[in-house]
Amino acid sequence: MATDNLVQIDHLTFGYDRSRVILRDVSLEFPRGKVVAIMGLSGSGKTTLLRLIGGVIRPQSGKILFDGEPVDPSDIDKLFALRRRLGMLFQFGALFTDLSVFENVAFPLREHTDLPDSMIRDIVLLKLNAVGLRGAASLRISEVSGGMARRIALARAIALDPELIMYDEPFAGLDPISLGITANLIRRLNDATGATSIVVSHDVDECFLICDYLYLISSGRIVGHGTAAQLQASEDPEVRQFIRGEPDGPVPFHYPAKPIEQEMGLAG
Amino acid sequence: MNAVADLLAALGARALRLLWSLGHASLFFWELVRFTPAALRRFDLSVVQIYAIGNLSLVIIITSGAAVGGVLGLQAYYALDRYGAAEQVGLLVALSLLRELGPVLTALLFAGRAGTSLTAEIGLMKAGEQLAAMEMMAVDPRGRVLAPRFVAGIVSVPLLSAIFSAVGVAGAKLIGIDSAAFWSQMQDGVDVFKDVGNGMVKTVVFGVATTFVALYTGYESDATPEGVAQATTRTVVISSVAVLVLDFLLTSLMFSTRP
Repeated sequence: MATDNLVQIDHLTFGYDRSRVILRDVSLEFPRGKVVAIMGLSGSGKTTLLRLIGGVIRPQSGKILFDGEPVDPSDIDKLFALRRRLGMLFQFGALFTDLSVFENVAFPLREHTDLPDSMIRDIVLLKLNAVGLRGAASLRISEVSGGMARRIALARAIALDPELIMYDEPFAGLDPISLGITANLIRRLNDATGATSIVVSHDVDECFLICDYLYLISSGRIVGHGTAAQLQASEDPEVRQFIRGEPDGPVPFHYPAKPIEQEMGLAG
Repeated sequence: MNAVADLLAALGARALRLLWSLGHASLFFWELVRFTPAALRRFDLSVVQIYAIGNLSLVIIITSGAAVGGVLGLQAYYALDRYGAAEQVGLLVALSLLRELGPVLTALLFAGRAGTSLTAEIGLMKAGEQLAAMEMMAVDPRGRVLAPRFVAGIVSVPLLSAIFSAVGVAGAKLIGIDSAAFWSQMQDGVDVFKDVGNGMVKTVVFGVATTFVALYTGYESDATPEGVAQATTRTVVISSVAVLVLDFLLTSLMFSTRP
């Protein structure tokens, strides 16, 4: 049954053990064809959500539906079939350092298809062309910059024309030009291929620019969601603190500690 | 009383951890074996690894083989010459190399030269999220990355060992012993199946053991610089001990019934 949401997360709770809960009863929807952002502070559980969708880890409660089917980490065959339908861009690219740029992009094609070499070559060059790096096909991974690595990884992620593309911090550590290129690419590739995209990021400006819908996560809860305009108009103090980048507010500047007077031995 | 209880609890926890890791390693070994037929079908992946861990180990194997053979020849000559049995040098050197020194020293050198590089490579691939990325692409890294290296290790160690022994014999010959006695005594005293064959069996076992240890410690290493460093050290320590213990077991099985 085709639903409007390619991915749907219902009342999901996850923690690596009972005492340390990372995500608490969160529900999110990722409509087909849209670019949806999951924003939040570092360590708020954003990347964990991607790992849950990919079936790398199992939720403690709640469920994740991909195209109406539950994601089940215990059924390896089904899980791998699902993963063939998604592409993921890792934070630092996670390119295979023993392969060339060309072979990195060709990797999913060689592993999952029986296409002849000539066709693989055409597809790889087209994907590299889409990210502007056709000319870099013969380079070694050690010869490319961080921004280029991210784009090569993007070409690899879309090699099999996935229905869902997940981006883990695609903007982290990029120079302004690479950042603009990457943001533009995410939107353009999504619209050109008809895929659905999930962008995990803490980069407010870029996300507002390219995403159709945004979720804001803090301490394992969803504290705000809506379109860019809705979030910008939000009166919620946590949402305001995050999108304006204020150092102190509902999220305190100080990591929990005993009072400094006591620590320094000044308390009477 | 509490101290005793604590001690017992600590011992129990240690034993449990040890059993857990043994079980975990066994399961991992089984998985690796399960992926081996697929790796053999894509032998080109293994060929690249055979070059990296086999061919590139040739220099250390050949120099070590020549040096060990030469030393062995000299010492055997000094000892045997006293009894007028210097013509037995060739036989002694050949038997020592084929049965024990060739397989064992090759495996130890392999663990140090190639095992460590395998562990560091796998550990760094893990740290760079390359293995996670592969899994996300629905490719099992144990099949795509580990199994071809496993096959490469099993192919490389016996070949390296054969080269080690051959170069060792040549090294012993170079110390200047009479050719006729050297070769004829060797030909007479070395049995193809019992000596060469058993030696080859050992090398295959050592190849499996050292490569498995290197891959397992790399795959299970913590994805940090310290984690990879510790894993590399563990590879050398565990492989070396495993090789020596296995050698003792195999020797007692293989050669005990011979006169």
